[in-house]
Amino acid sequence: MKSPLRPVLGVRDLFDEALAGVASRPLRTVLTMLGTIVGITTLVITLGIAETAGNQIAGRFDAVTATSVTVRVPGQADSGRPPTVAWDALPNLTRLNGVRAAAAVSRPDGISDARVRANDLHDPATVTDRILPAVGTTADLPAAADSKVARGRYFDEGHIARSDRVVVLGSSAAQLLGVTDLGEGPAVFVDDQPFTVIGVLESTAGSQQHNLDTAVLVPYTTGQDRLQLGVPTAVLIRTELGAASLIARQAPIALSPGDHDSLQVLAPPDPAALRGGVQHDVDSLFVVLGLVSLIVGALGITNVTLVTVMERTGEIGLRRALGGSRRHIAAQFLAESGVVGLIGGIVGASSGILAVVAISIGRQWTPVLDLTLAAGAPAAGAVVGLLAGLYPALRAARMQPVDALRSGT
Amino acid sequence: MTPPVVELSDVGRVYDSDPPVHALRDVNLRVSTGDYLAVVGASGSGKSSLLNILGLLDRPDSGTYLLDGVDTTRLDDGQRTALRGSKIGFVFQSFHLLPYRSAAENVAMAELYRRGDRTQRARRAEATLDRVGLAHRVGFRPDRLSGGERQRVAIARALLGEPALLLCDEPTGNLDRANTEAVLDLFDDLKEQGVTLIVITHDDDVSRRAERRISIEDGRLSEESG
Repeated sequence: MKSPLRPVLGVRDLFDEALAGVASRPLRTVLTMLGTIVGITTLVITLGIAETAGNQIAGRFDAVTATSVTVRVPGQADSGRPPTVAWDALPNLTRLNGVRAAAAVSRPDGISDARVRANDLHDPATVTDRILPAVGTTADLPAAADSKVARGRYFDEGHIARSDRVVVLGSSAAQLLGVTDLGEGPAVFVDDQPFTVIGVLESTAGSQQHNLDTAVLVPYTTGQDRLQLGVPTAVLIRTELGAASLIARQAPIALSPGDHDSLQVLAPPDPAALRGGVQHDVDSLFVVLGLVSLIVGALGITNVTLVTVMERTGEIGLRRALGGSRRHIAAQFLAESGVVGLIGGIVGASSGILAVVAISIGRQWTPVLDLTLAAGAPAAGAVVGLLAGLYPALRAARMQPVDALRSGT
Repeated sequence: MTPPVVELSDVGRVYDSDPPVHALRDVNLRVSTGDYLAVVGASGSGKSSLLNILGLLDRPDSGTYLLDGVDTTRLDDGQRTALRGSKIGFVFQSFHLLPYRSAAENVAMAELYRRGDRTQRARRAEATLDRVGLAHRVGFRPDRLSGGERQRVAIARALLGEPALLLCDEPTGNLDRANTEAVLDLFDDLKEQGVTLIVITHDDDVSRRAERRISIEDGRLSEESG
């Protein structure tokens, strides 16, 4: 007896049939797609904006704060003991990978701020008298505090070695004392001792962060000799981007190997954790919305495909009569719902990406989009379509050809 | 010797209802290659049950059915589907054309589930449309065709791939007199070309054009002479 072959349906034929089926009712297909489009769009916008905003926040945070580490040295009750952090300990710190600059400062508490006077150069009888903090520092302070010298210069190792009577004024201190022109070599009196003003700092985010705008900065040796400024009270460190956490752990040991536990380190939170936190907050809010939209979309596809199966009963009977197996019928309806989902996913992903770019342009952000998201969203749409089409496809496949031919025209 | 295209031996079909309905009783039928046969009978006589079994759309409860030498009662569902697709061409009363496909695409569907060259399919479909006199309607969708033309497209679809048996279920039931005549003339031509035809009908005018007339009543067949 001859054995007949199994019926076959090529992949290209299957997709041709699916596309023809989908294209035969364009308005219905578009309406069916809407749920998937809305769901995928919401998901892409959610994830894209979360990533963009997280990156934006972390980027700002990185630029200003994430490279700053401050080591606070507690006050010493026993003045006979060697200092917890010595002025000459900085080279141990600057040798560490990731340290761009470091400076030690000795800042008295607020009660012992110095009395600072300045004579008006044009009207010497006018005296400006202020109580301002006198701070002894090492030479690298502008770099370590992310500050800049607006006028003049900062003191150097030579000034420190000679204990020169020079000062650099913070921007607000210079304004308060009426020091505007360094050309004449203006002098200020700190606790009645004359000092030459050699520079004025610019007010920056770094100078504000470290309260340098109102300070009168002197070489630490001069401060020790003439203003009773003692051992370092803090060490300011500027790190490479991303190195702050590591330096925060290593700095106390480098500065005070024997007593590093007593040092207090102020370091920024991990930018990656911050970014992750921001993304998580945004994600958890809107991913739920996106998923709900997708489920609604999937239910829409299921409903419409079920109606389509009922309407095309005659076609199902015809296909069975022409040699289509149950598997072919199921495959065709699955392919149709998959195509609907895939196109919905492509349109949704495109709309989502455009929306992320538009929002980013509006906010002057740099849009950040994961490529896997752009590629995965259409695939997710196709999966939603396939899952949604599963039940209608099985219903279609279970139809008896005789019944299908009889009930459909 | 060439085996008959159709050989039914003691075929019976009973529908499970209360009481059970004996749609076919001990049916014996031989149809040879090139036969043109009409099955006539009143409504409820068993015509559709016979058509469904002949078309491998249903299984008999008893007896054997050999189609082109293959014992179909021993085949599983997938094998019966493949045999149906390769050996039988169907023509239905309501045409069963896909409204969103052109005439040529509707005809080409007959080969969709068979192994074959995809690129040749369209060419063969057009040639078959030419064979039924519709070469000028290749790209037309069904809604732009007359009833007679639609049925000729359906006949072209049934003829594609040279099936062993053309099974027609009330093929002129939705046609006016002129189109009925045109379709019957086409059947005469196909008979001349050696196509094996079984036409199920309740119309005596249609059955009279056939070479053999089989009457069915209460599930039993009887062949009318001459």
